[in-house]
Amino acid sequence: MSSTLESPSPRTTEPAGGQAEQAVRPLVVALAGNPNAGKTSLFNALTGLRQKVANYPGVTVERKEGVWALAPDLRPARLLDLPGLYSLDATSIDEQIAHDVLTGRMADTPAPDVIVAVVDATNLERNLYLVTQLLETNRPVVVALTMFDLAERAKLEIDVKRLGESLGVRVVAVTARQRRGLDELAHAVLSAVGVETPGVCWRLSPRAEEEVLLLAGDGAAGREAALRDIYSDELPPDAARREAVEQARQRLARLNPQWWQEPLTARYRWIERVAEGSVRGTQTERPSTTERIDRVVTHRLFGPVVLLLVMGVVFQAIFSWATLPMDLIDRGFGALAELTRAHMPPGLLTDLLADGVIAGVGGVLVFLPQILLLFFFIALLEDSGYMSRAAFLMDRLMRGVGLHGKAFMPLLSSFACAIPGIMATRTIENPKDRLATIMIAPFMSCSARLPVYTLMIAAFFSEKKLFGFVSVGALLILSMYLLGITVAIVVAWILKHTILKAPPPPLVLELPPYRVPNLVNVAQAMRTRAWLFVKRAGTVILTISILLWALMTFPRASHNPAPGAQVVAAAQTASQTGIGPTGETSQGAGQAQGGAGEASEQLQQSFAGRLGHVIEPVIAPLGFDWKMGIGLIASFAARETIVSTLSIIYNVGKDADASSPSLIEAVRNAKRPDGSPAWTPLVAVSMMVFFVLALQCMSTVAVVRRETNSWRWPLFMVAYMLVIAYAASFVTYQGGRLLGLG
Amino acid sequence: MSIAYAALNPTANILDRAETFETATVSLDRLRVGAHARVLAVKGEGAVARRLMEMGVVPGAPVRVVKCAPLGDPLEVRVRNYHLALRRSEAQTISVVLES
Ligand SMILES: Nc1nc2c(ncn2[C@@H]2O[C@H](COP(=O)(O)OP(=O)(O)OP(=O)(O)O)[C@@H](O)[C@H]2O)c(=O)[nH]1
Ligand SMILES: [Mg+2]
Repeated sequence: MSSTLESPSPRTTEPAGGQAEQAVRPLVVALAGNPNAGKTSLFNALTGLRQKVANYPGVTVERKEGVWALAPDLRPARLLDLPGLYSLDATSIDEQIAHDVLTGRMADTPAPDVIVAVVDATNLERNLYLVTQLLETNRPVVVALTMFDLAERAKLEIDVKRLGESLGVRVVAVTARQRRGLDELAHAVLSAVGVETPGVCWRLSPRAEEEVLLLAGDGAAGREAALRDIYSDELPPDAARREAVEQARQRLARLNPQWWQEPLTARYRWIERVAEGSVRGTQTERPSTTERIDRVVTHRLFGPVVLLLVMGVVFQAIFSWATLPMDLIDRGFGALAELTRAHMPPGLLTDLLADGVIAGVGGVLVFLPQILLLFFFIALLEDSGYMSRAAFLMDRLMRGVGLHGKAFMPLLSSFACAIPGIMATRTIENPKDRLATIMIAPFMSCSARLPVYTLMIAAFFSEKKLFGFVSVGALLILSMYLLGITVAIVVAWILKHTILKAPPPPLVLELPPYRVPNLVNVAQAMRTRAWLFVKRAGTVILTISILLWALMTFPRASHNPAPGAQVVAAAQTASQTGIGPTGETSQGAGQAQGGAGEASEQLQQSFAGRLGHVIEPVIAPLGFDWKMGIGLIASFAARETIVSTLSIIYNVGKDADASSPSLIEAVRNAKRPDGSPAWTPLVAVSMMVFFVLALQCMSTVAVVRRETNSWRWPLFMVAYMLVIAYAASFVTYQGGRLLGLG
Repeated sequence: MSIAYAALNPTANILDRAETFETATVSLDRLRVGAHARVLAVKGEGAVARRLMEMGVVPGAPVRVVKCAPLGDPLEVRVRNYHLALRRSEAQTISVVLES
């Protein structure tokens, strides 16, 4: 496999300059290649970083940078991972990014010193198309043949040396997973620095060549310029030349209406010759494993069944497998809070730690097992190659509402989190289709909603069964997901027929072969997402928890003037002596909440309580009381915050004698002023509906602002989603009451 | 680089042959599942036609229809050793010659 051949004509462009420059700034190396060719896998292997890898085209949508230690005694290079492209004639935003970096037009990135063309060895011909274009940029190019293990297994014999000779650049076989060929790649890159690659090497029809010659005059550079002028979309700025180019185009068009296709066809003819010369494959016509799997997975009848089954299994697993670890974590935090109380002097600080920090952050962290499981399944699906099949199955429906088939993958990612989902819309060419997809992405129930759903269901529907075996909880969750999807479809339809009107977009999507999911990739994906979740709990949720705790603790209730005295101690005294002041709010709370009067009065008097009361009239028709109102307000920063907020609310206002009931019990026991339960199953459903439909996520707003480059769209999005959420919640609650469910 | 400048004959030849086999040419969406064919021309204009050709659907390329999706659209075709999904409306712009 040694490909020690030298580049055929090592003309050095900048004989000394290249070396001298290298001394002052590190080498910049860019990875370019077709989508799903294995660029990021190679990037991770070379830099030790952990960017996302998955088996579908369009995973990477931004420029990523890492450090590649080329050789022990040399300065490390800056390695750039780029979105995939099929050609340098970019049509979508992700392709445009890659194109701009490769051609040195990206403002904040120096032009690459060497381009590593990443070529999927099992898919040589299509991958070489981009290589022919990269060679024409005249920048140093080295070809990395990835998936070499798969090519060998498929009995494809690729003569790496011949291939390199035909292309005029060095070709190195690599397998990222096994770290094969990485050193050789480093050597190839180092020796390619400053070496100009041979340019255009294919020929058009005689008639077209005449036109090119006419425009070019002599010399290779002239020919390239002429080809570019005639066949690219833009016209040259110079008036005389533009005239000549236009005339040439007209003459060509008269002979053949499809004249513009000639370079494309000619490149492929050339590629076929190259491939013929260097690949000896037993191209069996035996159907591949992928095709055999697809006989079931994309089957007319079984296909949709498999899709539903996959989703069903994922939900079932998330809700049944996660209970045990969640209980453990919950109890762990409960114990921690008690420990804090036991070992710290009673006072504001202890309260802050126990009620604010531990209850708030712990309340959210409890859901980590579910998040991990969700991402485990998503990673499995993504790395197996199933995602593209799901897009294939659903495309007809997507087209029905005017959406792009490619929109399916961003929307699917949005079930994990809308942020990567919205970024993934960069693969959609038409800006209107892309905007429509962005606008509906947050309707997909993301992982941040899981805590809310789970809490509501655990509190009110956990034991209930329909017909004795269908769990009502699972059914409810499924309906919440379906509700989001349905509303998304309707909104998409409306958008695509009004402000974002455009003809139904085309679909041209590669279906990659199935691969056994790489457990390292899966573990990496889980770790990344889990870390993000924990980090959010440790930053956003923590901050909001402390803030809310403060808002709930101050100002102190008027009848409790002692500055140092704190709520729970007061409540304790009250319950011990049995002379708790009977404020109007605690009248009905005779049972377990005997001593909580003062505590809830404190909550009432606090800033947060006042705020809750202000919005209570607005949210009362949805079935929510002022305490939930506080949670709702907080949840506009991030959805999970409602859980931490409720934790804090029911902790601050709870009966101190009760042995730290879990949040679930607190929710079940919460009372309204009149003594009736604050939460009913109907209120819980109304709350879930609100959370399905409202855009309660600052990060999403920020990403939409960045991706649409304006405040108009994110603000529009927040507003219309809020209206829909309010209306749907209203209908749910009032409708339910009319039906006598309240 | 030996073969680099080999004179290659792109569309012209195939188009010539096409005239004589007019009857055997159909558009890709009319092929039955499992049929083998060879691309004759990509008739569309604009970005989609260009993208299809960049991905290897150029005159002369062998294609096979693998299947159509449950709702009849899109199609899955095999071209240049990989699988491509495209809608019927796009497949219509690709004319092919059936191969035995
Ligand atoms: N067997 C094998 N699989 C590989 C190799 N390199 C990558 N893969 C797999 O190929 C798939 C695509 O890899 P990525 O690295 O995400 O490809 P990419 O080029 O970055 O893709 P985009 O970001 O979508 O353009 C993943 O499922 C990888 O696990 C390899 O050398 N051998
Ligand atoms: Mg990538």
